[in-house]
Amino acid sequence: MAKLTLPANSRISGQGRTYPAPAGAKRTKTFRIYRWSPDSGENPRFDRYTIDLDDCGPMVLDALIKIKGEVDSTLTFRRSCREGICGSCAMNIDGSNTLACTKAIEDVKGEVTITPLPHMEVVKDLVPDMTHFYAQYASIKPWLQTSTPTPNMKERLQAPEDRAKLDGLYECILCACCSTSCPSYWWNGDRFLGPAILLQAYRWLADSRDEATGERLDALEDPFRLYRCHTIMNCATVCPKGLNPAKAIAEIKKMMLERA
Amino acid sequence: MATRFVSATGLKRVRGLGAAHAGVHHWWLQRATAAGNLLLGLWFVASLVFLPDLSRATVTGWLAEPVNAIPMLLLVLSTVWHMRLGVQVMVEDYVSVPGRRRLLLLLLDLYAVAIAATSLFAILKIAFGAANG
Repeated sequence: MAKLTLPANSRISGQGRTYPAPAGAKRTKTFRIYRWSPDSGENPRFDRYTIDLDDCGPMVLDALIKIKGEVDSTLTFRRSCREGICGSCAMNIDGSNTLACTKAIEDVKGEVTITPLPHMEVVKDLVPDMTHFYAQYASIKPWLQTSTPTPNMKERLQAPEDRAKLDGLYECILCACCSTSCPSYWWNGDRFLGPAILLQAYRWLADSRDEATGERLDALEDPFRLYRCHTIMNCATVCPKGLNPAKAIAEIKKMMLERA
Repeated sequence: MATRFVSATGLKRVRGLGAAHAGVHHWWLQRATAAGNLLLGLWFVASLVFLPDLSRATVTGWLAEPVNAIPMLLLVLSTVWHMRLGVQVMVEDYVSVPGRRRLLLLLLDLYAVAIAATSLFAILKIAFGAANG
């Protein structure tokens, strides 16, 4: 059955630690952060860090970097570009999956609760195991497939209107916020490709230069790989880039019907 | 240090047994039967509302008319088919143990066939004038 409760060792029942605000801080904010280490043998716990907002950047990622640098160096999370283009700092903040680097601290009322992306195995603290997600991405062959040789050893040209069909698709940064917010991906993520990978699959189906459309549809035509999408729309709600994976999936279903 | 054997690569797990090359027909039929349910359901409710009364004689008399019996047969087929397709999706969503999933889908088929057969038989019996038999 679908796992509606966490296994005993995954329940957040550990004794959390509290790190108070520095003396003299006037404007403070408390971050309640999921902590788990594979080496400790303990259950996950929430630690509370109160920081001085007058001595911190405006985004949640600024706060995490500050905590790691100045308060608790054991706090583990992924980050790289700090400007919403690498997708590394995807996590669940205040109940929604988003990027810590583009989520403003002031947009969260009260304590800022941070957990890893839901329904992913945790490597440590806020770092989820992305192995399966990346393997699913590899499975859709995310590259241009052609049989026709490159014309005169030059680039393959694309009309502006054909290029425009990739808008709303090419911007995906594969942060996995959408897939890990999708109940269908929670219950059947082993076989359902999930919104991120299906949006990427449609990015190649919609590409005027790609010649493997039929083969790509063949690989997707499956009750689990594609048709687990029930248009719940959590994907479009949480996408930090403002994309609509549900619409891309609907376009794939339309293509399937057209050739059926 | 001992060699750590991995049972399957990530890509092998994702590819699994391959695509089933099915699902379009199921997806389309679910929508087609939904449209059928809507049209035939509205007709059914409207028909009952416009009957002078809901006594056994009036309703069986109404159902005995071919113009009513035929849409009624279609309504049973459409709703049972839609139920069969929809519950299959729920079983596939929430039951992940393969054997248990297969067994439930078999029971679902038996249930759908049983209620469809019973309903169709009842309508035909009334339609062919053996309602009191």
